[in-house]
Amino acid sequence: MPASVDSQESNGQSRASGAELVRFNKITKRFGDVKVLDELSFSVDTGKHVTLIGPSGSGKTTILRLLMTLLTPDEGSIVVDGDYLTHQEKNGKLVKPSEKHVREVRKKIGMVFQQFNLFPNMKVLRNVTEAPRHVLGLPKDEAVHRAEELIELVGLSEHLDKYPSQLSGGQQQRVAIARALAMRPQVLCLDEVTAALDPELVAGVLDVLRDIAQTADITMLVVTHEMSFARDISDAVLMFDAGKIIESGPPDKIFTDPEHGRTREFLSTVLRGL
Amino acid sequence: MMTRGMFETYFLPGVWITIQVTLYSALMAAVIAFVIGTMRTSQLWIVRFISGTYFEIFRGMSALVFMFWLVFSLPLIFQWQLVPMFAGVLAMGLTYGAYGSEIVRGALAAVPVAQREAGLALGFSRFDRLRRIEIPQAWPEMVPPLNNLLIELLKCTALVSTITVADMTFAGNLVRIGESESAPIYTLLLVVYFVMAFIITRGMRVVERQAKAGIGQAPPRTSFWEKLSLREPGGEGTTGAPSKIGGAQ
Repeated sequence: MPASVDSQESNGQSRASGAELVRFNKITKRFGDVKVLDELSFSVDTGKHVTLIGPSGSGKTTILRLLMTLLTPDEGSIVVDGDYLTHQEKNGKLVKPSEKHVREVRKKIGMVFQQFNLFPNMKVLRNVTEAPRHVLGLPKDEAVHRAEELIELVGLSEHLDKYPSQLSGGQQQRVAIARALAMRPQVLCLDEVTAALDPELVAGVLDVLRDIAQTADITMLVVTHEMSFARDISDAVLMFDAGKIIESGPPDKIFTDPEHGRTREFLSTVLRGL
Repeated sequence: MMTRGMFETYFLPGVWITIQVTLYSALMAAVIAFVIGTMRTSQLWIVRFISGTYFEIFRGMSALVFMFWLVFSLPLIFQWQLVPMFAGVLAMGLTYGAYGSEIVRGALAAVPVAQREAGLALGFSRFDRLRRIEIPQAWPEMVPPLNNLLIELLKCTALVSTITVADMTFAGNLVRIGESESAPIYTLLLVVYFVMAFIITRGMRVVERQAKAGIGQAPPRTSFWEKLSLREPGGEGTTGAPSKIGGAQ
């Protein structure tokens, strides 16, 4: 069952683990006069789980939204799996990408939102099958089969025939995870996926994600305030402050022995709640 | 009082013409409303400009004068005569399409941005997002104002009587001249327009419930109207009684 989450299967390019999958090159993003990201560069290797932490407003969510093409950078470029996401190569020059090019590269990226954003006009099963059928062009029974497997994976098989409004927040978020995975993206962006949930529902969603992180061969980019979860699933943690990475390293190092004063300060504020 | 002959020769066919004019104009207006309304939410300025221009022009035009223009001026300018009924339908379809486009645009704009983003993140094209995500969600919001508009359109069809289309108002006027009695015939006309409007409202109520059920919102309880509905014992509802979605209650 977890094998169905294999991210490389559908897109054909089975790359050796460790190759660079996502690269941000000197990305600058401004909202009005505020510089949210300042010449930011970093990369994520295939199969790695990278967590972005830092105070609110430090640009973490902006990074995920740039990668998902919900925002466009003011300067710099983003490369996903060897293809420019922010540009298109034409006669050796980098030009503004066509809508078609962006859609093609975007297929490699999936996202789960803080507010789930399920489609209220579709039942659970159709929420998960709609994009595979009409974006990837999968035949109906194949899309349904894939969706049923994923919905079972997130433990909601008995709710296939319900509308999102009939589910709890935690259940909706698990459907949203299944929906994103059904596209078999190479990178999965998780944007504070438990921040909108009632406390008692958080654990269920995190368990599902832990399970996926352990069993599926998928690259993850995670923004979260759940530090123990981050510690469990991450291969690397990037600490952000004011649009820059101020510290990075393996979770054990960052969480137990951070070098930067801001990191220590941030962690003590976040962990005080526990 | 109106004789049986007058009723059958003038009035009943007039009612049928009114229904036809309403139906054709509504159909045309609906198509225009959806096309122009969605165009007005486009990201391309030229598409917004064209649709916005259409909207401003036809919203600001008098349907009655436009009808006169189509019937009396167009032939002089283009040597080209429209069938009066077609001219009436055209004038009302174009005008009410403009009004309707505002309803469609507003309802589409009210769909949360997050839905557009979710669609984008799953790779849907703009057209697919509209068709599969945004319009189905905006639809329940559109139904009540469209119902208003449809009733207004029904009543506006009386205007076609001025361009020699023998609708129910036209027939009423004929009968009034023949009988030289205006009170009964105009009262009858008012009642018939009201009954038609009421039937439309009931029908649209069913549409609204279905639309809401289609996005997982429980159909609103309308027990008072349920009791008033003309239901045949043991059978399906007769005049659009909402028996289908409400289910057995």
